[in-house]
Amino acid sequence: MMDARQKEKIASLILLLITLIIVTPVVLIFILILVRGLPALTLEFLLAMPRDGMRAGGIFPAIVGTCYLTLGTALFAIPLGILAAIYLNEYAQRNWLTRVIELAIINLAGVPSIVYGLFGLGLFVTFLQFGASILAGSLTLAIMTLPVIITATREALSAVPRSFREVSFSLGASRWQTVRHVVLPNAIPGIITGAILGLSRAAGETAPILFTVAAFYLPRLPRSVYDQAMTLPYHIYVLSTQVPNVSVKVQYGTVLVLVGMVFIMNILASWLRAKLRKRKTW
Amino acid sequence: MVKIEVKNLNVWYEKHLAVKDLNLSVHHNEILGVIGPSNSGKTSFLKTLNRMNELYPGTKTEGEVLLDGEDIFTRIDKHLLRKRVGVVFALPLPLPLSIFDNVAYGPRLHGAKKVDEIVEKALKAAAIWEEVKDRLNENAFKLSGGQQQRLCIARTLAVEPEVILYDEPCSGLDPISTLKIEEAMQELKRNYTQILVTNNVKQAARASDRTAFFLMGELIEIGETKQIFTVPHDKRTEDYITGRFG
Repeated sequence: MMDARQKEKIASLILLLITLIIVTPVVLIFILILVRGLPALTLEFLLAMPRDGMRAGGIFPAIVGTCYLTLGTALFAIPLGILAAIYLNEYAQRNWLTRVIELAIINLAGVPSIVYGLFGLGLFVTFLQFGASILAGSLTLAIMTLPVIITATREALSAVPRSFREVSFSLGASRWQTVRHVVLPNAIPGIITGAILGLSRAAGETAPILFTVAAFYLPRLPRSVYDQAMTLPYHIYVLSTQVPNVSVKVQYGTVLVLVGMVFIMNILASWLRAKLRKRKTW
Repeated sequence: MVKIEVKNLNVWYEKHLAVKDLNLSVHHNEILGVIGPSNSGKTSFLKTLNRMNELYPGTKTEGEVLLDGEDIFTRIDKHLLRKRVGVVFALPLPLPLSIFDNVAYGPRLHGAKKVDEIVEKALKAAAIWEEVKDRLNENAFKLSGGQQQRLCIARTLAVEPEVILYDEPCSGLDPISTLKIEEAMQELKRNYTQILVTNNVKQAARASDRTAFFLMGELIEIGETKQIFTVPHDKRTEDYITGRFG
């Protein structure tokens, strides 16, 4: 018979092994991308237009496009998401309507991204006649990101102790004054983190932008929100499946840039959360 | 002079009748002690007086509460009511702000101009000015529990209420902090009407002018504190204050 301590040792060893197995693919993917992509990473690659049918030159327009889209998504999704979360968490009565809305948000988070893409095509591109454009793409990505931002914001709002609200009300504050001066300032760290994570997911999505904004190749940068744009995720798809004889270096270099951008956003979110948490005193 | 008059007040939480057909009046500038075991309805009564009970869904009130003759449910806006009838909670609940901003929070809400003066006056009235005057920008959570509670009193005073409700304000405090708060209350009598709900019978005996005894949502007895604690009219009051139950 083994004693409890031996069992404990074995158990923790097994758990550690399983965890390592889970992490391994992620690490391997990273290493592969780094090794094969790093040689491509020159200033020209980042800042020049593509040449030779996108087999050479840079990926500047795709980087710019992804930045525009992420920015556009943030512009729509963050304010809407925060306001909806404030309504649901601070104002809404507990009734059937609220429950239906909550259920809808949960389900919205589970909708496959290609469905968002088709929805965006139907509503923004065709019906509202925005055409395939940065505007339509941003709106589509924003709708996809909304559930994430609403959920993260609600969690952040709920984490603010109820007693803070009661104190504010007891001093004669209205609900909005309470939200504005007591609840929001203390929920901001969680909201920012959730928003950035939602955006970083949107930045890497391909399906929602496929029909709403993404361009195969554009000789110049987009000039208005009604223009199409090249984007990194779609560019990767194009390079790996649509254009023959693209060097591995260029493909992996593009992947590295996208992963790097998303990675930087995630790091930024974690860093902000840690920094703002330190300021928290309760 | 009557400051608050309660007529036939019933308070429900869902189906539970927490306050039953309550009739009592609170006099100008007195400290009314409210004692009773838990679930006696004393806190529900207190929370009704500035309509804080409405923050809990399922609350229902019936009857009248008159503040200077005006019904608080129909004639006074609830935000204005809460400004006129302040509350100090059971636990010290500073907001996660500096000491100064905690006290300034209320006046700023109501659009006050000379906040510095108001804050200093309120901190002095709550007998905590000397302890915090050199550290006004420090976080309020750095204060001790007793200091935090006096800060909360100052915060309540800063919106210039007429009535102050205390909901077991010393339940988590040591005897010296408790004494300081009771002393502050005696000072405040000049300008404010105060209602002190307490689980500590001795505190009511020390601090209040009149005392009300609640049991199972009913007012059993109200009278001069001296009378209640020496010759209570009701057997149940006597049993409670002598510690036979509680």
